[in-house]
Amino acid sequence: MTEGSGFPLTCPLPGGEGDVIELAHGGGGLLMHRLIDRVFRPAFATSPSDLVHDGAVLDIGGARFAFTTDSYVVRPLFFPGGDIGSLAVNGTVNDLAMCGAHPLFLSAGFILEEGLPIEQLHKVVASMRAAAGAAGVKLVTGDTKVVEHGKGDGLYVNTAGIGSLRSGIAPAPQQVRPGDAVLLNGDIGRHGIAVLAAREGLGLEGEIASDTAPLAATIMELIDAGIDLHCLRDPTRGGLATTLVEIAEAAQVDIHIDESALAISEPVRGACEILGLDPLYVANEGRFVVFVPSNAAERALSILCRAEQGAGAAVIGQVESSKSPSVVLHGLIGAARVLDMLSGEQFPRIC
Amino acid sequence: MKYIDEFRDAALVRRYAQSIARITTRPWTMMEICGGQTHSIVRYGIDQLLPPGVSLLHGPGCPVCVTPAESIDMAIAIASEAGVILCSFGDMLRVPGSGGSLLAAKARGADVRMVYSPLDALRIARETPSREVLFFAIGFETTAPATAMAVAQAARDGIENFSLLVSHVLVPPAIEALLTAPDNQVQGFLAAGHVCTVMGYREYEPIARRYRVPIVVTGFEPLDLLQGIYLCLRQLEEGRAEVENQYSRSVRRDGNRTAQELMRRIFTVQRQRWRGIGEIAASGLGLTAEYARYDARVRFGHTKTATEPPTECIAGMILRGLRKPHDCPAFGTRCTPERPLGATMVSSEGACAAYYRYRCHMADNGRVVSR
Repeated sequence: MTEGSGFPLTCPLPGGEGDVIELAHGGGGLLMHRLIDRVFRPAFATSPSDLVHDGAVLDIGGARFAFTTDSYVVRPLFFPGGDIGSLAVNGTVNDLAMCGAHPLFLSAGFILEEGLPIEQLHKVVASMRAAAGAAGVKLVTGDTKVVEHGKGDGLYVNTAGIGSLRSGIAPAPQQVRPGDAVLLNGDIGRHGIAVLAAREGLGLEGEIASDTAPLAATIMELIDAGIDLHCLRDPTRGGLATTLVEIAEAAQVDIHIDESALAISEPVRGACEILGLDPLYVANEGRFVVFVPSNAAERALSILCRAEQGAGAAVIGQVESSKSPSVVLHGLIGAARVLDMLSGEQFPRIC
Repeated sequence: MKYIDEFRDAALVRRYAQSIARITTRPWTMMEICGGQTHSIVRYGIDQLLPPGVSLLHGPGCPVCVTPAESIDMAIAIASEAGVILCSFGDMLRVPGSGGSLLAAKARGADVRMVYSPLDALRIARETPSREVLFFAIGFETTAPATAMAVAQAARDGIENFSLLVSHVLVPPAIEALLTAPDNQVQGFLAAGHVCTVMGYREYEPIARRYRVPIVVTGFEPLDLLQGIYLCLRQLEEGRAEVENQYSRSVRRDGNRTAQELMRRIFTVQRQRWRGIGEIAASGLGLTAEYARYDARVRFGHTKTATEPPTECIAGMILRGLRKPHDCPAFGTRCTPERPLGATMVSSEGACAAYYRYRCHMADNGRVVSR
């Protein structure tokens, strides 16, 4: 495969310590993007626009499909608001939805660790079934592997999904235009904090539940209403800030965000204040940003506010032309700051 | 949110900025001690609200920034031994020693775990008696009481597979070292509110008197900082040099006596090396003879001290307030959070990280210049 394959497999990652994979390579931030840019894209992409979105859009015999895959390694397996099963279904359903597709079929691959109580597997599978029912998709094929005790975290799940796309629907970061309005469908930071609190036993007052939810039906309402969707994206790993930076760079625009328009629940704000985390970089599993022409913003907002997963929707910012693409957060006390991608993992502060 | 929103009120922020401008008649240079304050200042643009000529220097109060490279090297060496679990705060894990960081050691197979409290490390020791559990104890007076508590509980419960690499440091000796340096530029200090919550501020009073320098115990929110700056400037303008307490919702003059008593029981004050700054007399904490058996240096026999490798990093100058991150030729180019030359670029409390995160793409007028 290396001989004459036409791409440099030897390209090293940057950094003095970059000779092995670190956890931060999976954190959704800068290191992961470099890994994709320097290892995966040279190997797999056939055009510069490949591998930049949550899923691939395929033309098969004149019909358009979206195709995506995602692996789930969350620990603990069960957390307030969800579990690895519902997450694996919703996550892949949402990746299809972000392509503007109507999700149809999923596959599920299970990597089980020797010693996992079957009863836990039952619970996860039941949760997947319920989530698939709620999202209107069918789980049609799967695979199971078992690894030795100590070589897996109980249970990993991979799901892949396929969905149908109407003609003319092609939301993508490159479609974002100066003047577009940016809408977000609710409060941010709940999934990341819920999982962190459950994993680390933080004993926070008042339970914070993950926002994991299927988003396809809500997005279909926007499509059915004929809203011109320039771009859809769910801010999962790396949070809202990282997602916006990715879009700004792909579209070569400035995105201006109004901090006062961002909803963050009191418990999430409290947890972030205590831990020194920035909610803009905390993962979400039931949120999406949508870029629409400014004259469609009001109508899109009123549709979202009535939709199942849009009760807390708001216009959070707008797009401007730029010579050097940036995301600028206009803060509560008047100062503006540039948002960058998360570098490595977000760690709680010391004091 | 209570205690947060009222201290981020935009109208009050503007009013305080105007009050500061009104009382200022000439240039002054102050230093905020704590890295948490530095981040708030840079994040909210507090320094941009000050009159021309009034400048804030960023102090040494970033715990992982001043932890010597040799301690990190020692932690990595011990963590790489078979059967050892090393625990520390997340921020400590990514700071490079003279070689790699603890996170890199973890990627190579060492059992390195992030904890939120030294008591979490003690719990791991309790639950895994077959393993040696090491806590890499860093930080100022804010975190030292929790370390002391872990040692006291280990001794009380007879947990012997627990040890500590103690690298705690103290604020007042660092302030005195800064003030006695021939190139000192600092005319007033904003002391760290969290440190004083534990220690109170009696120990700052002789420093203010001796060096004729105002010290204002200050909190971390935008209004806290502006109020602290206002109080400090008012003293400077009026020719006073006293200790004032802006952070009175948390800090008492005597501090937390229970915590101080525990620290006195467990720790002894000793000379300490500060990364980028050098040795400062009586500026660190070590375990007293009674608790020396919990000292990882003794238990693992690692006493080797390494010299810091030469680098173009100017973190030491930044930590002493002699330079700002932008002054470094490597800033944002050869030195970034992914590829740091110094700890100040890695830590969430480091000045370079704050400038990189919030200012890298901003000119002084607040306009975005480049990415």
